[in-house]
Amino acid sequence: MSKPILEVNHLKKYFDVKGGVFGRKVGEVKAVDDVSFTVNEGEILGIVGESGCGKSTTGKALLRLIEPTDGEVKFEDQDITSISSEQMRLLRKDMQIIFQDPYASLNPRHTVEKIIGEPLLVHGMNSKEERKARVKELLEVVGLRPYHASRYPHQFSGGQRQRIGIARALANNPKLIICDEPVSALDVSVQSQILNLMEDLRNQFNLTYIFIAHDLSVVKHISDRVGVMYLGKMVELADKDEIYENPKHPYTQALLSAVPVADPDEERDRIILEGDVPSPSNPPSGCPFHTRCPLVMDVCKEDKPQFKEDGDQHFVACHLYN
Amino acid sequence: MSDVILELKDLHTHFFTDGGEVPAVDGVSFKLHKGEVVGIVGESGCGKSVTSLSIMQLVPNPPGKIVRGEINFKDDNLVNFREKRMKQIRGNEIAMIFQEPMTSLNPVYTIGNQLVEAIRMHRKLSKNEARAKAIEMLQLVGIPRSDEVIDEYPHQLSGGMRQRVMIAMAMSCDPEVLIADEPTTALDVTIQAQILDLMRKLNQEQDTAILLITHDLGVVAEMCDRVVVMYSGQVVEEGTVREILKDPKHPYTKGLIRSLPKIHEKEQKLYSIPGTVAKPTMDATGCRFAPRCEFAFDRCFKENPELYQLANERSSRCFLYDNEERGVEEHVQTDSRG
Repeated sequence: MSKPILEVNHLKKYFDVKGGVFGRKVGEVKAVDDVSFTVNEGEILGIVGESGCGKSTTGKALLRLIEPTDGEVKFEDQDITSISSEQMRLLRKDMQIIFQDPYASLNPRHTVEKIIGEPLLVHGMNSKEERKARVKELLEVVGLRPYHASRYPHQFSGGQRQRIGIARALANNPKLIICDEPVSALDVSVQSQILNLMEDLRNQFNLTYIFIAHDLSVVKHISDRVGVMYLGKMVELADKDEIYENPKHPYTQALLSAVPVADPDEERDRIILEGDVPSPSNPPSGCPFHTRCPLVMDVCKEDKPQFKEDGDQHFVACHLYN
Repeated sequence: MSDVILELKDLHTHFFTDGGEVPAVDGVSFKLHKGEVVGIVGESGCGKSVTSLSIMQLVPNPPGKIVRGEINFKDDNLVNFREKRMKQIRGNEIAMIFQEPMTSLNPVYTIGNQLVEAIRMHRKLSKNEARAKAIEMLQLVGIPRSDEVIDEYPHQLSGGMRQRVMIAMAMSCDPEVLIADEPTTALDVTIQAQILDLMRKLNQEQDTAILLITHDLGVVAEMCDRVVVMYSGQVVEEGTVREILKDPKHPYTKGLIRSLPKIHEKEQKLYSIPGTVAKPTMDATGCRFAPRCEFAFDRCFKENPELYQLANERSSRCFLYDNEERGVEEHVQTDSRG
């Protein structure tokens, strides 16, 4: 059993809602509400959920790109929520992020060399020659050519830009990479290239990924374990085969049954949920899913279900299993 | 066949840009039968959206222009229609819904206002009658408290609700053809399932023919009867949904299907098509897919293959299906099996 590289305990991120003439706080949006999980060294943890469920906020809060409101994030046994921002900056050498939109996350006025070289400079590689050599090496690692270093982002296609984003994340040999929807802006044929690249890199450099996505087939393909989020909470977390073959939470069941499969012979009992995701500024009492749950009971409306283990390493927050 | 409601014949829509002429739609032909759901599949830039805009005569001109070809709707060729005639067709007989439900509704008018406008444009109804019809349509598409929602503004509704409003608007004049351009791409999976369910119901109950434009082969499998696959402005393959997904003939379709991560299967490594999607250009010679194709041979780089008819409404734009090259096809089939 490999040891945990990241431990997240009761992570919370509330955004204040300001209103009125004086801009006073009139409410809060519980974007991430009491999320706990661990990530083991060398594994890929997938986090899935629909828009607004807090999966991206979780990813950013782990790196303190958004300051968490409460909770604890332990990276290699060090609580990073309490350290100074300078210490955090140094630590980010080991923790990197890849963003969703390769069009928005690369500075259009910088050459590729500058984009990839910047994290090297920030973390103390002062010699220009060394940086240049490292950039060339990184470009080859992600399947681009060394001469691409002098080009600008607009000269690349979406898939190539995402490769640049990956090269930038890899620059300082990180241990953990948070991938926030890295393939959702890409076409199917390019998506598979990037997924294969990410898997190769993981094996080559012994990386750990937190892979955030809304596409369940992609997450299933790449992850070792999968966590499902709904309205700021983690509702289920288990080994990927376990969660896809034996989903326990009614939301996970509905989510899996709603994925269109490219097979006309596939017969499934589709669970079509009623209504929309409630607003996280005014979440329902009790279980956040009770307004749409087909198996709702009286207790769900009042009591919040605990996130508990039910079976081997299979965590679920649902009164059906408590 | 007599029940063909919409037929495209050798449609060419080109864009005249500073960088030169771009054949975004390069000789597209297909048929849509009454009450049928046909999917147009392809990756970004393949011309699927421009095809749908061409049918509605909504291609921005300049820079875009239908250079030649026919769009036969019932007995008329829409390409010859003036704007005034086209307005009677649009929304009334052919309706369209778009990908982004926020940008296709006017934010400063209420839902009711926009629905009533669409209805009164084509039907001689009083304001009150049109309003009653609008409420009825909102109920039909499953919007709760529709008599209140009608007086709300688009920003008060969620993405799924807005797309329902768009469908209500599109269906309000009982069109015979509904063109849906990526109707669920901006929506979450559980909401997507609701919208697809609704569209299927409308297709079955009202017998509306649907032209569904999408990049998602999963959506195609759920919804469509027949599929047209496009690549770089051209149709590369056509067939029933089962033929396309179970027995694809064109190497591009094969590659596309193989590169999808499958939710119910375990696999070590994903297949991927090398390279990136080719942009349509005027001076392209040879098969558009040849540079990325693992089966490409000399001829593929020299001339563009025609769309070989394999059976009725089953075709593939690939030299492997040319009779002269028959031997090669068998070779390839054994190859891909092993």
